[in-house]
Amino acid sequence: MELTFGTLCGGGLLIVGLFLLYAIMTGSRSLRNYVITRLLLVLPMIWILVTLVFVMMRVLPGDPISTRLKPGTDQATLDRLRERAGLDRPIYEQYWDYLNDIAHGDLGVSNNVEQDRPVTQIIGRRLPATIELVMPAITLMLIFGIAAGALSANKHKRTLDYSFRITSVVAYAVPIFWLGLMLQIVFARQLEFLPVAQRINPRFANDFTHRTNIYLIDTLLSGNGQAFGDVLKHLVLPTITLTIALIGVFIRLTRSNMIEVLQEDYVTASRARGVPERKVVYFHALRNSFIPIMTLIGLQVAVLLAGAVLTETTFSWDGLGKLLRDGIALRDYPVVQGTVVVFAITVGVMSTLTDILYAFIDPRIRF
Amino acid sequence: MSLFQIVPDRSQVNKQEIILSIRDLSVEYQTRRGVLSAIDTLSLDLYKGEVLGLVGESGSGKSTLGKAIMRMIPQPGRITKGQLIFKNQDLMQYDEKQMRDVRGKQISMIFQDPMTSLNPVQRIDNHIIEAIRVHEPSVTKDEALSRSESLMERLGIGRRRLNEYPHQLSGGMRQRVMIGLALALKANIIIADEATTSLDVIVEAQFLDLLRELKDEFGLTILLVTHNIGIVAELADRVAVMYAGRLAEVSSVDELFHNPKHPYTQGLLRSVPNIAMDSQDLYRMDGTPPNLVMPPSGCRFHPRCPHVMDICHQKQPWLVRVDEIGEGDEQVGGYDKHLASCWLHQEYQGSTQARRY
Ligand SMILES: Nc1ncnc2c1ncn2[C@@H]1O[C@H](COP(=O)(O)OP(=O)(O)OP(=O)(O)O)[C@@H](O)[C@H]1O
Ligand code: SF4
Ligand SMILES: [Mg+2]
Repeated sequence: MELTFGTLCGGGLLIVGLFLLYAIMTGSRSLRNYVITRLLLVLPMIWILVTLVFVMMRVLPGDPISTRLKPGTDQATLDRLRERAGLDRPIYEQYWDYLNDIAHGDLGVSNNVEQDRPVTQIIGRRLPATIELVMPAITLMLIFGIAAGALSANKHKRTLDYSFRITSVVAYAVPIFWLGLMLQIVFARQLEFLPVAQRINPRFANDFTHRTNIYLIDTLLSGNGQAFGDVLKHLVLPTITLTIALIGVFIRLTRSNMIEVLQEDYVTASRARGVPERKVVYFHALRNSFIPIMTLIGLQVAVLLAGAVLTETTFSWDGLGKLLRDGIALRDYPVVQGTVVVFAITVGVMSTLTDILYAFIDPRIRF
Repeated sequence: MSLFQIVPDRSQVNKQEIILSIRDLSVEYQTRRGVLSAIDTLSLDLYKGEVLGLVGESGSGKSTLGKAIMRMIPQPGRITKGQLIFKNQDLMQYDEKQMRDVRGKQISMIFQDPMTSLNPVQRIDNHIIEAIRVHEPSVTKDEALSRSESLMERLGIGRRRLNEYPHQLSGGMRQRVMIGLALALKANIIIADEATTSLDVIVEAQFLDLLRELKDEFGLTILLVTHNIGIVAELADRVAVMYAGRLAEVSSVDELFHNPKHPYTQGLLRSVPNIAMDSQDLYRMDGTPPNLVMPPSGCRFHPRCPHVMDICHQKQPWLVRVDEIGEGDEQVGGYDKHLASCWLHQEYQGSTQARRY
């Protein structure tokens, strides 16, 4: 089977699906009901979001036509174009068609961002870029966030702890675009050893087959080391920006949970049984402090997507986040609506998944 | 004192062999308001096979003493001086690695709340397997499991229960699991810190019965920390009464109940409710436990003592023998001796410390 972004996504969805199926089949009846309810709840959530977006886009001054054309275009032309785009029809009719289309998997055609191209197609091409950015950021956030939090808790009230605490507050408070800009100025403009923006140097863009559109994978599959290195270099600054934006809360949460757990009786009890400190901290305590962290991961998906919008915009990264931003700027109704649908599904499914994983980690949770 | 007539069987106690000797132990906590002296120059011997009850009001330092024996005083606390002679070795000289071998394997601790003493995400069998394999890495999982199965069977916890998580067990069962964890490693000494406080009366009685049986079966030495004088009467051979980080009195259970020497002990016993007694007679000790950051001078009990004398303000009374001193054994403390630290029972002899134990 050919490896494309489609098959990759298919594979991912298959794993998620199998996991959910496994949870439904092996779990108790109440777990089954819980999973199904949660998944069904994603639908009204999408509906609410999609409606909100529909309303907000139309409340914003300007529409796709007026933003596209030069100021001063005569009213007749505007009216003709609006009529062609169906924007002259009553708002409830537009809303109804819009819902109807979404229900059929049709997200419409772009007005302005990539004129007349189906939104599903645009999303299909942009999604891999976002995944390429988000995955490394999540991984780094998990590894460094949890390690720093655990270390900080372990060195409670010592220098290392204080420095981690300050770092995490700063990381949390700093605006993403400002951080991105600073990194660009220092590492790209001043030191000149990293590229300022974009996913890849155009020079390499046609040197490999775009199979999945996740460039790291594509360049690797084509065996093009140079291009791979270039992609990696382009990834550094956006990944760092996004990671820093996400990691602050994580360090703090891991830290406070660990401190709490380290004072639990069972931790003292296991020390009193002669269990080595390392095992106490990283086995008994960490697993328990993971329980609330799981919930945070679920909630962080939304923050992550918001962060992706800002990071992608700052680094001209052609992913979904930038697509959303461009769509709003150009009043491209279908593009904005389509992106929001994808975001809503992601958040819904991810939070359901983490909630189920939660039950797997904590035997006390029964649905 | 009709409540205290159940006299325990003392046949198992080896009156010659001291298994743990606490010498001049002091523990301090660094607090916001200053240094808190939680234990002050305390000496106490634990004889092999005995159950020593440790009583005293809240804050007197019972738990601190228990943790100090395991060298597990939490920050910001510290053992500032003293020795812990266990099997002819001073535990204070041990490094962290050596101490780990002692913890669980030689000296075990059972905590107050069985609800929180087990890791909620680990199954019962994993707890036991881990404990065994930490101390005996060569034992395989299966061996450890079969060992724990027979042990748990003895404690009345079925094989099926081992696969369950702590929250699926009742409080009494969990406390038996805690005992099982101590027994699995064949610990010599068990420190039970308020181990029955959170259990209801019936479960508590069952648990105490079990403890009594196991004590003889496994030759355990138990330091029984408790608020409950009734439990001491039922289970202990000897009692140590703590007040404000020092020992007020140490003696056999009988002797203590029938002939208490220290005014604090006397007050403590009179404040225990007794069914035969009219509730209005219940004695209430005046005053509050002292502030250990600035403890009272001399005898720490003097602000509350009905018999306070001048010297009590100035000089700390040593823990000395207060029973009949026979020929030749004048200097010797020991299992059968009755000790108390109160000026009513000793004369001030300048700076000599010859008679302290
Ligand atoms: N971690 C700590 N930090 C500061 N002070 C402490 C700490 N632990 C205990 N103390 C103090 O040490 C003294 C002895 O406390 P400890 O817990 O040993 O008493 P206890 O006799 O076990 O009381 P209880 O019957 O309430 O369990 C108390 O004054 C207490 O305030
Ligand atoms: S030494 Fe003095 S104050 Fe202390 S108990 Fe004895 S009589 Fe009371
Ligand atoms: Mg205590």
